[in-house]
Amino acid sequence: MVAIHPDAHAAGDRRKLARSTTWVLVALLLATAWASLAVGASGVSLPAAIGDLLAGRELEARTRIILWDIRLPRLLTGMMVGASLAVAGTVLQGLFRNPLADPGLVGVSAGAGLGAISAIVLGGLLPLGLSEVFGPALVPVMAFAGSWLSVSVLYLIATRGGRTSVATMLLGGIALAAMTAAFSGLLIYIADDQQLRDLTFWSLGSLAGSSWSRTLYAAPLMLTALVAAPALARGLNALALGESAAHHLGIPVQRLKTLAILVVAAAVGAATAISGGIGFVGIVVPHLLRLATGPEHRALLINSALLGASLLLIADVISRSIVAPSELPIGIITAVVGGPFFLWILLRRRANLEI
Amino acid sequence: MRPALSRLWAARVARFAPVALAVLMASSLQAQEPQRIVSIGGSVTEIVYALGEQDRLVARDTTSNFPEEVSQLPDIGYIRRLSPEGVLSMNPSLILTEEGAGPPEAVELLEAASIEFAEIPAGYDREAVLTKIRRVAEVLSVPEKGEALAAEVAADLDDAAEVAAKEAGAAPRRVLFVLSMQGGRIMAGGTDTAAEGVIRLAGGVNAVTGFEGYKPLSDEAIIAAAPDVILMMARGGEMGVSDEDLFAQPAILSTPAGETRSVLRMDGMKMLGFGPRTAEAVVELAHALAGD
Repeated sequence: MVAIHPDAHAAGDRRKLARSTTWVLVALLLATAWASLAVGASGVSLPAAIGDLLAGRELEARTRIILWDIRLPRLLTGMMVGASLAVAGTVLQGLFRNPLADPGLVGVSAGAGLGAISAIVLGGLLPLGLSEVFGPALVPVMAFAGSWLSVSVLYLIATRGGRTSVATMLLGGIALAAMTAAFSGLLIYIADDQQLRDLTFWSLGSLAGSSWSRTLYAAPLMLTALVAAPALARGLNALALGESAAHHLGIPVQRLKTLAILVVAAAVGAATAISGGIGFVGIVVPHLLRLATGPEHRALLINSALLGASLLLIADVISRSIVAPSELPIGIITAVVGGPFFLWILLRRRANLEI
Repeated sequence: MRPALSRLWAARVARFAPVALAVLMASSLQAQEPQRIVSIGGSVTEIVYALGEQDRLVARDTTSNFPEEVSQLPDIGYIRRLSPEGVLSMNPSLILTEEGAGPPEAVELLEAASIEFAEIPAGYDREAVLTKIRRVAEVLSVPEKGEALAAEVAADLDDAAEVAAKEAGAAPRRVLFVLSMQGGRIMAGGTDTAAEGVIRLAGGVNAVTGFEGYKPLSDEAIIAAAPDVILMMARGGEMGVSDEDLFAQPAILSTPAGETRSVLRMDGMKMLGFGPRTAEAVVELAHALAGD
């Protein structure tokens, strides 16, 4: 690993920095998680409720519903979605060796979107029995199916003779995203008024629909992806030197790519399904961390998950308190805050940025 | 409890006892009636006001903007995107809503919090308005007031129908309802819409029959629709479509409405809400269609 870095001493410093950053991010996540449980339109007090619980008193029904059925699933969903989007961004950027790679770019988000839109518009057409079976899980299930399908098709297009061409994959992804968008457009055309508004709000992203059942449907996919991601770190580090160099370092490049694609499909599919279109997390988070602690992937993946989760929780707390008792779609917050912040960092570091 | 604290409590109880007693008596008198209501949907809110029960409202949705004083109530957002905690923070005992409250997870949570949910059916004709009024009154436990209001509105609607029939005469006018215009594309009201409902009540004919709901209309379809009049919502600022923009559209320009420059604008909620103001809207529209 040291061989990758020209200056072993600097690499050691960076590793130490990355490790201390991890602790800072853990602290940040704990703080934002507390805020996410404590802040809300209803003014239910978390410390008071915890006090009641510790004293063995029953919570009032309303307090219990707000803390246990509204804020807690929302906290868990926000953490998983934020971490998944940030990790998916990091993996894609490592895979494509391109810091601009984003789940939106290779058509993963578009595929998930098509799945969700089909569920919203065509869900009512399903034979009665089927829609009974899926119920509210139909949108998440279809979104994952969509993202998985689009990644698989993309993989088939870009792989020839057992080798995946990154260039073909990027261009194919753009073509696929365009076709997916066309299908989505068709569905939007036949959608009725109410469905159209559902779609608009869905595309802006929100954690407002979080509930235990939906969280539990989407959690296995996101958690699997998050747990599997750090295993890709060594391969992605080697891949940064180029495919043939990675091959000579003994990395099974083909398997690495397959695994990376699956991780991205699972993370983005499940995250998009449960929360709609939340932009910027996948690109801002890895960038910030790369600027702060360097390109080593193990630290980058772990820190991305932590920072992604914290940022999404902060955005969610803002989204539900800024216009209370109503709620602003969270995608608006991430874009409004993330965009300019990202630009500021880029401009500030333009001199020593090596893109 | 420490002595200082309990003394404080004693003082508070003493100060508020008369108020508390009054509140207690009042609430025992009307124990069965929901007293803290969140009203969702412009027409439903209008009906609550028309019934004179507005004091029981504690919050409203984004589309509730008539009468003007309703905008002083907190806004809980859009009907399809309710925030469960936002609604709960209003501490409601009843949620009165138009059809289609959502998302389903939010509705489930609110019902789990044992808040009564009453959905008022939608519809775009005379009967739908009366049904809405009776249903709202029933949910508010003021059925007599509801019957009275329904009778009044029914009479108004009958008068309006008479006016409409007289104004329309032998040749009903073809009306194109334009919801919005984006990049020169017209979003028009097809069948099974509130727009078609009010056009029919006012003695006109919807010029668009090929599709349900609101959809973009192609240039050729606009010409084929051959409207005599174009109907739009009166909206200020950016959202509105000016006559200039409208008639800059070549297809619109070549219709009878374009040749005579016939455009009507009316308050959106009044025209499309199908609530207590529908009769008023119908009369206005009937006169306008006849060119008075």
